[in-house]
Amino acid sequence: MSEHTHSQEKHITSYKTYFIVWVALMVLTFVTVYISYLDFGQLNIVIAMVVASIKAGAVALFFMHLKFEDSITWLFALFPIALLFLLIGMTILDTFTRIFPI
Amino acid sequence: MEQANMDHAEGHDLHLTPEQEYGISKLGMWLFLGTEIMLFGGLFAAYAIFRAKYPEMFLESHQELNREMGAVNTCILIFSSLTMAIGVTAIQRGKQMLAGIMILVTIICGLGFGVVKYFEYGAKFAHHIYPDTNIFFSLYFMMTGLHMLHVFIGLAVLGVIMVLTFKGKFNEKYSTPVEMGGLYWHLVDLVWIYLFPLLYLVG
Repeated sequence: MSEHTHSQEKHITSYKTYFIVWVALMVLTFVTVYISYLDFGQLNIVIAMVVASIKAGAVALFFMHLKFEDSITWLFALFPIALLFLLIGMTILDTFTRIFPI
Repeated sequence: MEQANMDHAEGHDLHLTPEQEYGISKLGMWLFLGTEIMLFGGLFAAYAIFRAKYPEMFLESHQELNREMGAVNTCILIFSSLTMAIGVTAIQRGKQMLAGIMILVTIICGLGFGVVKYFEYGAKFAHHIYPDTNIFFSLYFMMTGLHMLHVFIGLAVLGVIMVLTFKGKFNEKYSTPVEMGGLYWHLVDLVWIYLFPLLYLVG
């Protein structure tokens, strides 16, 4: 009886899902290395960061089970990301808008 | 301890159920991972600013790094994340032997990562490149060094968890430490996913 009372049964990810995610990560790694040999100018870093973020998203969602977590865990996971953007964004704004550059 | 908690079915009890303990551990772990992100965040901020200020120096310096070795290490770390994830699922299904072996493979991969990094650092020193060569290499050694420290801490944590797994301390009912160790290891992978392109690929 007690097995059915708690509503949120722990989700167990299948081995197959992990393998698919792993293959995707390897493909994306290959793609990002390959693209780094081509010259797109300023676009190179944009592409590299987009690919890295897709990879990071896959790791967080599946390897770290974020996809199957409740909203409070999502909050704990996303709040540092917001702080990180604040940290980097504000530091850049500060550094590049000084009247007397250091 | 778990058995004692099971017996307290009634009323307002100070003891926590295993589910509550698991939930609290998980939230605490994610909170800690958040502080880790902020720890590396300062260095990423420094990277962003100095790259914007000295783009030529970053472009020139990053070509000194061995792209192939970085790529190999990326593959090693991603594979170790896969084995760790498989280990977590295995213990959640009560397969202690498979879980232990998977954690062992994860540890071996982590050590392999360290070996590759050792040769990389060695090659840099042989070319007289040190942390004080320029700002790019200051950031390179600081960021990869701090990451390496996290790999070593992860290896120590996983080492303990592996021994406990082989001793049969975890099963399908109680696998919290394996899962938390896994989360930490995936974070190490996560940080490297950003370090690799920023340092090796685009500079």
